[in-house]
Amino acid sequence: MHPILKLIAQRLALGLLLLFAASILIFVGTSILPGDVAQSILGQSATPEALANLRRELGLNDPAVTRYFMWLGGVLQGDLGTALTNGRDIAESLGGRLKNTLFLAFWAAAISVPLAIFLGLLAVRYKDRIPDKLISAITLTTISIPEFMIGYILIYWVAIKWRLFPSVAIINDSMSLGEKLNAIAIPVMVLTLVVLAHMMRMTRAAILNVMQSAYIETAELKGLGMLKIIRKHAFPNAVAPIVNVVMLNLAYLVVGVVVVEVVFAYPGMGQYLVDHVSKRDVPVVQACGLIFAAVYIGLNLVADIVSILANPRLRHPK
Amino acid sequence: MTEPLLKVRGLKIGATAYPPGEKPVAIKIVHGVDFDLEAGKVLGLIGESGAGKSTIGLAAMAYGRGGVEITGGEVWVNGRDILKENLRNLRRLRGAEVTYVSQSAAASFNPAKKIMEQVTEAAIFQNKFSKSEAEARAVDLFRRLGLPEPETIGNRYPHQVSGGQLQRCMTALALCPEPDLVVFDEPTTALDVTTQIDVLAAIKEAIAATGVAALYITHDLAVVAQVSDHIMVLQQGDMVEYGTVDQIINNPQEEYTQALVSVRSIRHEEKTPTDHPVLRVENVTARYKGTNFDVLKNINVEIHPGQTLAVVGESGSGKSTLARVITGLLPPSEGTITFDGRVLNPALATRPIEDLREMQMIYQMADTAMNPRQTVGTIIGRPLEFYFGLKGKAKQKRIQELLDEIELGDGFQDRYPAELSGGQKQRVCIARALAAKPKLIICDEVTSALDPLVADGILKLLLNLQKIEDVAYLFITHDLATVRAIADSIAVMYQGEVVRYGPKSQVLSPPFDAYTDLLLSSVPEMKIGWLEENIEHRRMESAGN
Repeated sequence: MHPILKLIAQRLALGLLLLFAASILIFVGTSILPGDVAQSILGQSATPEALANLRRELGLNDPAVTRYFMWLGGVLQGDLGTALTNGRDIAESLGGRLKNTLFLAFWAAAISVPLAIFLGLLAVRYKDRIPDKLISAITLTTISIPEFMIGYILIYWVAIKWRLFPSVAIINDSMSLGEKLNAIAIPVMVLTLVVLAHMMRMTRAAILNVMQSAYIETAELKGLGMLKIIRKHAFPNAVAPIVNVVMLNLAYLVVGVVVVEVVFAYPGMGQYLVDHVSKRDVPVVQACGLIFAAVYIGLNLVADIVSILANPRLRHPK
Repeated sequence: MTEPLLKVRGLKIGATAYPPGEKPVAIKIVHGVDFDLEAGKVLGLIGESGAGKSTIGLAAMAYGRGGVEITGGEVWVNGRDILKENLRNLRRLRGAEVTYVSQSAAASFNPAKKIMEQVTEAAIFQNKFSKSEAEARAVDLFRRLGLPEPETIGNRYPHQVSGGQLQRCMTALALCPEPDLVVFDEPTTALDVTTQIDVLAAIKEAIAATGVAALYITHDLAVVAQVSDHIMVLQQGDMVEYGTVDQIINNPQEEYTQALVSVRSIRHEEKTPTDHPVLRVENVTARYKGTNFDVLKNINVEIHPGQTLAVVGESGSGKSTLARVITGLLPPSEGTITFDGRVLNPALATRPIEDLREMQMIYQMADTAMNPRQTVGTIIGRPLEFYFGLKGKAKQKRIQELLDEIELGDGFQDRYPAELSGGQKQRVCIARALAAKPKLIICDEVTSALDPLVADGILKLLLNLQKIEDVAYLFITHDLATVRAIADSIAVMYQGEVVRYGPKSQVLSPPFDAYTDLLLSSVPEMKIGWLEENIEHRRMESAGN
C-alpha cells in the first residue's frame, strides 16, 4: 500500500476514536450537571409520585453506562432521541437548523478565506511597509472587538443609517437564494471580520517563514519578481500551516456562531442550543454537542490530510 | 585590449550587526577590492569564513544577502555598471547573464517542485529558450554532468536524488540559461570527499565545454587549484594576493598565503599500543528503533590510554552512531563496551555517575552545544559542581586553570557564547570536557565547521592537552588530513562496518583495500593537474577491470 494511504487511514481511525471519546465526555458532562430533568419539566409543585413516574418513563433510573450505550446506539442509527420539552424528534428539528448554520458558515468562509489569504500575500509582498501595517492594524482591531459589538455597530450603520441590508437575519425555505443572501449579509460581514485576522496573520507568518529559505534566494537570483516568487515558490511550501488555521476558523464558523445567531435572531444551531440549555433539555444539548464535536474533528482531519498531501516527501517517496 | 567580462573596482560592502544588548552597528565586510575576469576564465576566490568571499561573489549579481549592502565601488558586467541599474534591469541580469551555484543544493532547491521545472525556470522566464529547448538543454547538461538517467531525472523531486547528484543538478540549473558568468559558492564543501572529486570533475568539464566564465569560491586551496586559472586570496575583506594558480601554489608571496598553502603541517609521532586499553568495543552491532537494518555491524576497536583512535568515513558510515553506542545513548543489540577494565551498562540511564564523568564529549557545532544564556564561567563550572562538588573560590580557581589550559586569557569567564569566535567556542567546549577530568573524550567532527587555520590551532591544542592530561581521544572525522595529523590508530568505516583498522602507519600504507584506496586518493592535493591525473587513473583502472 502507498505509505500515504496508510497515513490517511491512520488519521481517519484516530478521528473516529477521538469522536468516540468526545461522545463519552459529552454524555458524562451533561449527566453530572446539577438539577433533575423531571423536576424541571414538571416544575416545583410536582408531586413525588409524578416525578418518580416521569423518571422511570425517561429511563433516568438506569445506570449511566446503560443509558450511554442506549444513546450511542440510537445516534449510530441516526436517532438523536426526542426533545424533553416539546417531545419532537431532535434529528428532524436539528436538520433544518444545521442546514441554516452551514449556509451562513459557507458564505462567511467563501468570503473570508480567499480574502484572508490574499491579504496575507499582500502583507508579505509589502512587509513592514504601509500596506502590511494597515492590514495588520485593521484586522487586529476587528478581532479584538467582541463580535456582538461588531454586530451592533454594523446594524447601526449598515441597516439603520444606510438601510442597505436588514438587521434581522430570518430566513426560511420559501425564500430565493438572493433573498437569503440579502438577509444574512450583515452576519456574514461580522463573521468575516472576526475570523479574518487569525487566518491573515498565519498566512503572513507561514509565508515569511518560508521566505527565509535558501530556495527563495535561488528564485531571486533567477531574476523572478517578488509576487511570482511568493506564488510559485513560497506558497506551495506554506500550505500546511495555512490549511490548519483555515480549518480551525471554519470550525469556529460552524460551532462558534452562537452569539452572532442570537444577535441576529438567525434560526441556526447556536440559537437552538441556547434555547434548550436554558430549558435543561439534556438530549438536545447532547445532540448539539456531538454534532459540533463531529464538525470540529472532521475539519481538523481534513487539515491533517491536506498537510500530508502537501508534503512532497510523503507524496513521492524515494 | 577588449573589455573584460567582469570588472570590479573599489568594491565596498557593509552590513548592520545587532550585538546582544547594544545598539545596531554598521560593520564593513569588504573594504575596496579590484579585479577583472576575462570571458571564459575561472577566478578562484579563497579565504576563511568572514573573508567576504561569498559577499563578493553575490556582488557580481548586485545582490546582498540578508542585511548586506553594497556601499561603494563599481561592478561592470558586459560593459555596464550593474550597481547603477534599477531592480527591473537587475532582474534581467540575474539568472540570464550571471547565475549562482550555492553550497547547499539541498536547501537551494524548492522541495515542492520537480527538478526539471526548477532547472529550466530561469532560461524560460528570461526568454532565452522555449520550454522544449530549455528541457532539451537541461537533459544535455544532466548527461554532461554525469547524472544517472539524464532523460528522466528531471521528473524527480529534490529529495529523491542524492546530495552529490543534487549539487550537479544545481550546476545544470546555473548553466541552463547559457550565462556568461557563473558564481560557484563552495559547491563541493558539503559533499563527502569521494563524491566531491566526481562533482568537481563534472563542474570543470562543464565549464570547459560551455566556455562560461566562473568565480569559484572556496576555503579549500587544494580544490580551487584544480579548477581555476587565477586565484585571489582574501582576508577579512581585503585582497591579500592575486596571481595565477601556479604562482599562488608554488610561489606564494604573502605570509598569509604561505600559511594557507602549508596548512596541516602538524607532525605527530605515532605511539605504540599498551597492554591495557582504556576502551574496548567488542562485537558491537546496533540498529535504531523502528528500522530493520543494522547501522553498526560487528565492530571491534580499542583505544589506549593517552592515545587517539581516529574513526574515519563518509556521512552515513556509522561513525557518530558508534559514539552514541559507546556513550550509552543507543544501547547495542549485541556486543559489549569495556571501559578501564569494567564492562559498561549498555544504557546511559543505568550507568553510575563515575562512568559518565570519565567519558566526555565534544561536538561539531560548538554553537548549539552551549546554552547561549550562560556565561563561559557557568558553562565550565557546571561539571566542576556536578562531579566534584566544587564551590566558591575553589571553583573559580579551577575555572581559571582550565581557561589557561585552553589558551584563553582573563575576562573570558563573564562572556557569553555569542561574543566568541568559532574557534574560541570550540575551546570552551574542550575546557568543559576537561573539567570532568575524563579518561576518554569523544570528539565528533570537532574541527569540521572551522576554518583550516583555526582548525589547526584546535588540533594542536588537543594534542598538547593529551600530553598534559594523558587523556585518550576517540576522534570522529571525515577529513583525512586531520586523521594524518593526530591519530595513533585508525578505523576506516564504510556502511556500518570497520573495513580497515590498525596503527596509523599501517592503515595509511599500501596495499590498500578498494574503499580505503578510493578514500585516500579522493583527498585533493595542492598540486596543479591532480584532478585530471586522478580521474584518468580511475578510468584506466575501471577499464582494466
